[in-house]
Amino acid sequence: MSKIGLIIKSEYLRRVAKKSFILLTFLVPFLFAATLFIPLWLSDIENGEVENVAVVDQVGKYKDALIDTSDFRFTFVEVQDVSVENMSSFVAYDIVVLIENDLLNVPAITMLSEKQVPIDLKRYVENSLEKYVEEEKIASYNIPNLKTIIKESQTKIAITTIKLNEDGSPNVSSTEVASGVGMLFMFLIYFFVFVYGTMVMNSVVQEKTNRIVEVIICSVKPFELMLGKIISIALVGLTQFLLWVFFIAVLIFAGSNFIEVSAIQPTLSSVDENAMTQVLQGLMSVNFVEIISFFVLYFIGGYLLYASLFASIGAAVDNETDTQQFVLPITIPILFAMYAGIYSIENPDGPLAFWCSLVPFTSPIVMMVRLPFGVALWEKLLSLAILVATFLLTTWMAAKIYRTGILMYGKKITWRELLKWIKYKN
Amino acid sequence: MDFLNVCEVSKQYDGHLALDRVSLSIPAKSIYGLLGPNGAGKTTLIRIINQITAPDSGEIFLNGKLLSRKDISRIGYLPEERGLYKKMKVGEQALYLAQLKGVSKADALLRLKYWFEKFEIQPWWNKKIEELSKGMAQKIQFITTVLHEPELLIFDEPFSGFDPVNANLLKQEILALREKGATIIFSTHNMESVEELCDEISLINQSKVVLQGNVAQVRSTFKKQIYTVVFEGIYSPSHVMCFDCLSCQVSNGITTLRIRTESPNDALKEILKDYKIISFSEEVPSMNEIFINAIKTSSK
Repeated sequence: MSKIGLIIKSEYLRRVAKKSFILLTFLVPFLFAATLFIPLWLSDIENGEVENVAVVDQVGKYKDALIDTSDFRFTFVEVQDVSVENMSSFVAYDIVVLIENDLLNVPAITMLSEKQVPIDLKRYVENSLEKYVEEEKIASYNIPNLKTIIKESQTKIAITTIKLNEDGSPNVSSTEVASGVGMLFMFLIYFFVFVYGTMVMNSVVQEKTNRIVEVIICSVKPFELMLGKIISIALVGLTQFLLWVFFIAVLIFAGSNFIEVSAIQPTLSSVDENAMTQVLQGLMSVNFVEIISFFVLYFIGGYLLYASLFASIGAAVDNETDTQQFVLPITIPILFAMYAGIYSIENPDGPLAFWCSLVPFTSPIVMMVRLPFGVALWEKLLSLAILVATFLLTTWMAAKIYRTGILMYGKKITWRELLKWIKYKN
Repeated sequence: MDFLNVCEVSKQYDGHLALDRVSLSIPAKSIYGLLGPNGAGKTTLIRIINQITAPDSGEIFLNGKLLSRKDISRIGYLPEERGLYKKMKVGEQALYLAQLKGVSKADALLRLKYWFEKFEIQPWWNKKIEELSKGMAQKIQFITTVLHEPELLIFDEPFSGFDPVNANLLKQEILALREKGATIIFSTHNMESVEELCDEISLINQSKVVLQGNVAQVRSTFKKQIYTVVFEGIYSPSHVMCFDCLSCQVSNGITTLRIRTESPNDALKEILKDYKIISFSEEVPSMNEIFINAIKTSSK
């Protein structure tokens, strides 16, 4: 095995075996699944409790309006002289619904409870009574078939957005879905570049403070050590990413089987079927093969660009606390790229989006937002070419700083000093 | 036959000359002392030999051939500032470092077994470096330095951090390595160990070699014609003396004289006339004195 291969293997295995890596790799999918399923599960538990609701109907015509459900049991109590003041006598009931007036004239009721009235109940009572009064009103016009007429007259406009491909053929698209997909991939690139770039830096600092570096570079070239480290950490990141995808998929599958279908049903049925098909159509219109291939390319490019910069900073300083002042100029472009990416969603072909997806320090992040909306091929190729050229340049520069820096101790490093190191011949 | 030849090597950092036309020849199978005060340029020279940095000018020959990149597997280096991966297990780490030097995994395992048995440290195999004491970690570092069986070994202050027992153990191992044919560069400030171990030395001060040669020869050139005479009886100076008396101590009827003379034989004859000699020896300056002297005169 080549030396660089040995470094990659050893560094990779050491990192993957770390407790923090294992914990994060397993915890994130669980947290992700938990945020999805726990609310569902909890609402499922609450369904088991039946609320006893007393209805004091002083008008006397709403007995059919409120029908028991699995969650609420309505009891019509015949008390004539009930007022808000003596409500406390209804101990047996959780909630009291007080209908004092004919809702045709005064559409207002009161709900009394010692605790907060559940929003489900409030909505249920509201909907049931509204529907009842509505039908009462329709009936009062004495027009035959009025109900059907009204139903027929109600119209909903469905908008299908079609994006024309370069050859002019139509492609059903969804702006919302494209934004969502773009955001997801943007955050992924941001996360990986930032977290794993910092990891490269810290690892270099550790090797330097450990003094192991002098032993290692008696066996391998400093550049081999730097590159081996950068590559192994990229592989660690990729491993984590794939494990997340895998575990999240498994957990969602297992979770949806575990949670009773009834719990999910209401959420599903509440979503408009038309919107659902639109989302599906939108997802179908997103070219995932293209996006994922470009994700990999931009991830590699962006990561290499930033990781080499992070590595050179790690080599230049003596300990982790000293990294602060040098890290800032690197984190600013990453953060700027994030904001540029978020604003680009509103106008994915605007000047901000266009230029930021060409500038190599922001392009990996901003381009991820634009890709689902469709980007001209020449733009993608130009942006990638600039990115590759830049990371070759930064890696070359970083290697220069690295080889001088790792053996330099106790020296206060300035930007001018770093520039001088780049100019060194050996 | 010289194993390592450093010819006219110069290195400049930032306008500061770290090495100024340094030349040395290290005989094969010898222990060569590389001496000098802090900041003299020793570490720079060691790094150049290790090919961590390249010289601005000058050449280095290993066994007659120009030193090249592939020779790094023939060199073992124990730096003064020791370092190992703290979180990594002892065995795993030793294997990794050996493989980086180009030893196959199977060979490395075999040799590690030998060394771990020799130092009786088999139970450490699965411990992390951070769990070991400083001296224990030093032992591991020594093993990793010699594991790829290098022909040229560079030890920078190898005894620092060791207790006397382990320092002695290490000393025996270094001598044994020389017996097996290794050439050893030994950099230290401990002049006693130089006298004990080194065959030849180079003293570097302010980027230049100021003193070079065989240890015994170097010491004899610095002799000041001072002798110590011990004899029975109480010394009383006679009129004719062919020596300068530097000091005179008498205890229990035994006199110890320190004398300076150009003709020790005549001085001895004169004392023999009146006293019974117990011992007569020449004072050879210690490496420590020579070191301090040479630095003083060259720094002027």
